[in-house]
Amino acid sequence: MQRTTMDLWVGLFVTAGIGALLVLALKVGNMGTYSAAQSYTLMGNFENIGGLKPRAPVKSAGVVVGRVVDIQFNPETFDAVVTMSIDSRYQFPKDTFASILTSGLLGEQYIGLAAGGDEVTLKSGDKVMKTNSAMVLEEMIGRFLFNKASEGDGDKN
Amino acid sequence: MPRRIALGIRGVGHRVIDSVWRLGRASRFFMLTLLKSGISLRRFHLIIREIYFTGVLSLIIIVVSGLFVGMVLGLQGYETLQKYGSESAVGTLVALSLVRELGPVVAALLFASRAGSAITAEIGLMKATEQLAAMEMMAVDPIARVVAPRFWAGVISMPFLAAMFSAVGIFGGYLVTVVLIGVDEGSFWSQMQNAVDFRYDIVNGVIKTCVFGVAVTAIAVFEGYDAPPTAEGVSGATTRTVVTSSLAILGLDFVLTAFMFRGMS
Repeated sequence: MQRTTMDLWVGLFVTAGIGALLVLALKVGNMGTYSAAQSYTLMGNFENIGGLKPRAPVKSAGVVVGRVVDIQFNPETFDAVVTMSIDSRYQFPKDTFASILTSGLLGEQYIGLAAGGDEVTLKSGDKVMKTNSAMVLEEMIGRFLFNKASEGDGDKN
Repeated sequence: MPRRIALGIRGVGHRVIDSVWRLGRASRFFMLTLLKSGISLRRFHLIIREIYFTGVLSLIIIVVSGLFVGMVLGLQGYETLQKYGSESAVGTLVALSLVRELGPVVAALLFASRAGSAITAEIGLMKATEQLAAMEMMAVDPIARVVAPRFWAGVISMPFLAAMFSAVGIFGGYLVTVVLIGVDEGSFWSQMQNAVDFRYDIVNGVIKTCVFGVAVTAIAVFEGYDAPPTAEGVSGATTRTVVTSSLAILGLDFVLTAFMFRGMS
């Protein structure tokens, strides 16, 4: 076969390969939606993180604004320290409320940020002071049953 | 009786020494190939010729198998997921299994049997017909002229082939689940994009394919170069290439997966 035709085929092959990689990155992966833009870190102490995992999304008003980077246990205060990486396009007020929520009934858990009204914004490395733990289904059912039982007692008396 | 036992033990020892010897020769040969690849990298048209034979001509089987693997994954995934009412997660299932595991592994297995066996047979026959010896007589180094271009062509082609396998497979899954069955297109793609992480899933998959490419072509060129110069020897070497490189792919895949995806998310 002629060298030029072979070059053409190999060129087509390599271009198609790179195209396939680009499709995987942009259409299948999250490169298109989640840019590797500048980010800053926020910390938060949670009493109970439930099933939160690293790389879980951080959402505000339903929009993904960052990711959970790291989860550690603090042996002094006996709570979980969650480190979040937030896109630096988004600034949050100092009295922002962070809570661990669940998407759907059995879906994955994520951190929801509800902005407060403070004029001062959170800087990189700051701690989110107001946090709300994850809802643990067993605890909720337990509380519900306990309430039901005490209601029943009330009726009898 | 003790003589028999001694003979048996000697046989075991002989095999062990033989295989260690062979492994050492293979690693020396691999290092020689790397050291002498400077010439073929400078004369790049040699590599381009080999990419045509190993990469471009493997394209049809890779694309067709990718399409069918993706379609079957879509069908089976839908079948199970719709029992739980989460059939829109079928995109995630297809994409993650293709990008992380099936794409690299199945593409490498196909590559080993389609291109690796051809490389071994070609080099083995060159040796059997004394073409390699003739080259040495003309002061042309056969490792630099014959082995290195084939090695680099395989290493370059493998990631592209696997990427095409995964992309076509995901398209096959899309065809079956969205076009044929009627899963919602928006949630198919958005759930997939939510679940597939570029650095974590796609880059790890590409790293896997690069390792497989090196392993498969290194085994193929060594078996060809090491083949006994007879018709039987060449056929045995070709068989060994396919068997050894398939086992190497599966073993390496387990090790790489254990390192990459251990205990994360």
